[in-house]
Amino acid sequence: MTQAELPTSAEVMAIPTTPPPHHPEKWKWYDYFTFNIDHKVIGIQYLVTSFIFYLIGGLMALAMRAELATPASDFLSPDLYNAFLTNHGTIMIFLWIVPASIGGFGNFLVPLMIGARDMAFPKLNALAFWVTVPAGMLIMGSFFFGGAQSGWTSYPPLSVVTANTAQSMWILAIVLAGTSSILGSLNFIVTIWKMRVPSMAWDQMPLFCWAMMATSILALVSTPVLAAGLTLLLFDINFGTSFFDPAKGGDVVMYQHLFWFYSHPAVYLMILPIFGIMSEVIPVHSRKPIFGYKAIAYSSLAICLVGLFVWVHHMFTSGTPPWMRIFFTISTLIVAVPTGVKIFSWVATMWGGKIRYNSAMLFAVGLLAMFVFGGLSGVTLGTAAFDLHVHDTYYVVGHFHYVLFGGSVFGLYAGLYHWYPKMTGRMLNEPLGKVHFILTFIGTNLTFLPMHQLGLQGMPRRVAMYDPQFQALNQLCTFGSIVLGISLLPFLANAIWSWSRGPQAADNPWDAKTLEWTTASPPIIENWEVLPVLTEGPYAYGEEPAEASANT
Amino acid sequence: MKQIPAPLWTLTIGVAVTLLSLWYGQNHGLMPEQASEQAVLIDELFDSMVVMGTALFLVMEGAILYCMIQFRQRKGDETDGPAIEGNLPLEAFWTAIPTILVIGLGLYSFQVFQEIGGITPGHVAHDHGTMIAQADDTPLPGGLSESGKGPLIAENSVFGLGAPLENEDTAADLQVNVTGMQYAWIFTYPEGNIIDGELHVPIGADVQLNISAKDVIHSFWVPQFRLKQDAIPGKKTALRFIANKEGNYPVVCAELCGGYHGSMRTQVIVHSPEDYQAWHDKRVAQTPAVETIAKAPADLSAEEYLSPYSQEMGVNRDLIANLSLK
Repeated sequence: MTQAELPTSAEVMAIPTTPPPHHPEKWKWYDYFTFNIDHKVIGIQYLVTSFIFYLIGGLMALAMRAELATPASDFLSPDLYNAFLTNHGTIMIFLWIVPASIGGFGNFLVPLMIGARDMAFPKLNALAFWVTVPAGMLIMGSFFFGGAQSGWTSYPPLSVVTANTAQSMWILAIVLAGTSSILGSLNFIVTIWKMRVPSMAWDQMPLFCWAMMATSILALVSTPVLAAGLTLLLFDINFGTSFFDPAKGGDVVMYQHLFWFYSHPAVYLMILPIFGIMSEVIPVHSRKPIFGYKAIAYSSLAICLVGLFVWVHHMFTSGTPPWMRIFFTISTLIVAVPTGVKIFSWVATMWGGKIRYNSAMLFAVGLLAMFVFGGLSGVTLGTAAFDLHVHDTYYVVGHFHYVLFGGSVFGLYAGLYHWYPKMTGRMLNEPLGKVHFILTFIGTNLTFLPMHQLGLQGMPRRVAMYDPQFQALNQLCTFGSIVLGISLLPFLANAIWSWSRGPQAADNPWDAKTLEWTTASPPIIENWEVLPVLTEGPYAYGEEPAEASANT
Repeated sequence: MKQIPAPLWTLTIGVAVTLLSLWYGQNHGLMPEQASEQAVLIDELFDSMVVMGTALFLVMEGAILYCMIQFRQRKGDETDGPAIEGNLPLEAFWTAIPTILVIGLGLYSFQVFQEIGGITPGHVAHDHGTMIAQADDTPLPGGLSESGKGPLIAENSVFGLGAPLENEDTAADLQVNVTGMQYAWIFTYPEGNIIDGELHVPIGADVQLNISAKDVIHSFWVPQFRLKQDAIPGKKTALRFIANKEGNYPVVCAELCGGYHGSMRTQVIVHSPEDYQAWHDKRVAQTPAVETIAKAPADLSAEEYLSPYSQEMGVNRDLIANLSLK
């Protein structure tokens, strides 16, 4: 608690503090493999680890697309195909997007953006990272037992009767990842609440921190419910209970409620931090203040609140009564409003600006372009009547890849290009970044756009074999996925090479206004020699520095 | 040279976007053929969403593209853009318009959902003996709360689609029991003791499917009917539809049910009334009534249950062999 209370006394913070003597000047490479409590080290640990899992999950996707190049099941065994589809989803959600956006960017940026020396609970923070490591090992280890094969949703009874050992390992992995998420969320809420530099009012806080606040509240409320549901499932599998066994009075639909009460908000866990990244990247490279600061900040909270009451839209064809199908149609459609507000605000931020087309901005604009499409298809899915046709089809697969790949992953790339100089002290190579963007943009649309038509025409999701009439479109998707696979090569080469050989980055290479750019690149161990004092708002572009703060 | 005034541009673009969206909404060609009356209603909903979606898509992508080109950094210009931080009327406008649009869409989708029987599922008895002992004459709000009384507790609730409100008490012309199992659909016709691996229905008849699952969750989907309903162990679900086009359409399992989920496909055959009667009479004559009475299907293993019918049902014998190996 002491660390949380520390910054409340402004005088203490104003005194230049030298790092405690037991800290080295600079972290060595091997410090990144230890139980280090520096939020920046933890942030990079999260980012690098999750990126490795992104590559693993991506290889699984490529194997599945190879299988789907032909209608017959001829490349993977059906069980292995199901293991890949289950763990592709699981890894991408629990071991890539969530840890990279919340753990990685959240940890690295939040203390720097609010002028804190670290997170409120540094040891808890390190613990939250290190429990994701056994979670990843359990997922990988489950393949020795066939891998969990019942989809990332793991609906009973299928999950109870299929690959019991692997399914149990999968449950333990998710519970560990969920624990990490709960610990991290608690840390973010306390840090943002209590550790802002005294000169920073709530409405001077960078929007990324608002997004992290909303994300953390959402994770804190919803994750325990998933843990409860999965624990009951674990008992059903291993200890003979019958929570979800209808033959003994259990209820299979109950599991779906417990699962989706977390897992729909999980969608917002994966996109709210990305929205935060967008709100940072777009104004900097458009050279204009963010348009509608308050609307963006509050719409994050609105999404967080409404997002807790939309979960049944995943169950419109399940055992749900009419009033639920109607209520959740309306609540789902309403989420489009705060989301729309954000998108309009970003376009208005670009409007009249002087947009610099570096790789970070390209990925941000690419996200905007694709999220519009993914959002619109999401609205169609929200209506119960139409969802009866497209639920559990490739239309859904296309939709959520537009918002999770075109949205979250593009946002992660935008963030990586934007903050790489701050994290490593080196600039990335711009031409390689642009090649990476173009390949990714083409590959994403080639892979995921035809899926909408496949679903509408009648192809269900999660199938290893399909009706031959769908082959042409599937081959287009497979071709797109190969482009996506190739698109990673320039990025990997760029990131690895630039880390040691890239040109030195200045402290503030983008001429940005948020606090993380006021320290060295990479930041020194306790972030600043002297804590910064806010002289202007986080988005005070286009104004003379002498003028008053942006948000008064 | 004088410029064309901005309102004129806006008007032109607005008209063009509207026309294009209306045209695309009618001509997208994304849906398979319509073979049920419910499909007509659902497609009208989809088409109107395509119109709205296309218009919004064009306007938003157009704005993004315009920004990218018009507001790019010019060579040598290192200055900032104007310090505009917001515009309350504009923000209120773009909050209000989507709100009105989604509420309108919500009401329309509710209307369609009602017309396809979504708010009155299961008013017709499912099984003999376990009738749903609920008053059926309650109007809409009562009907809603009645079904909402606690579906997680009430054993007799039926989920899915029934008849639309105005004729919710009308019994269906034909009832078929549908059972999903790894990896086949079994269709049982209570009148006549017909068991089949394909669904046969007459055109124009009000058909009710009483859906159940033997092992894991499956989902009954006919893309040409635009209807889908999960088959859930321990729950009763139903679909009700009127096929309006003769032909053979796929029946697809849409819920992951195991390794061969993708091969869990059969077909529904929509007959003319005469053809249906002929098929029905032929099958009744074929069915060895004694056998089905002798043993309740529930007491049989999947293999025993299926094997006498495998040939007529068009179910692959290898698949059944695979099932028994597991």
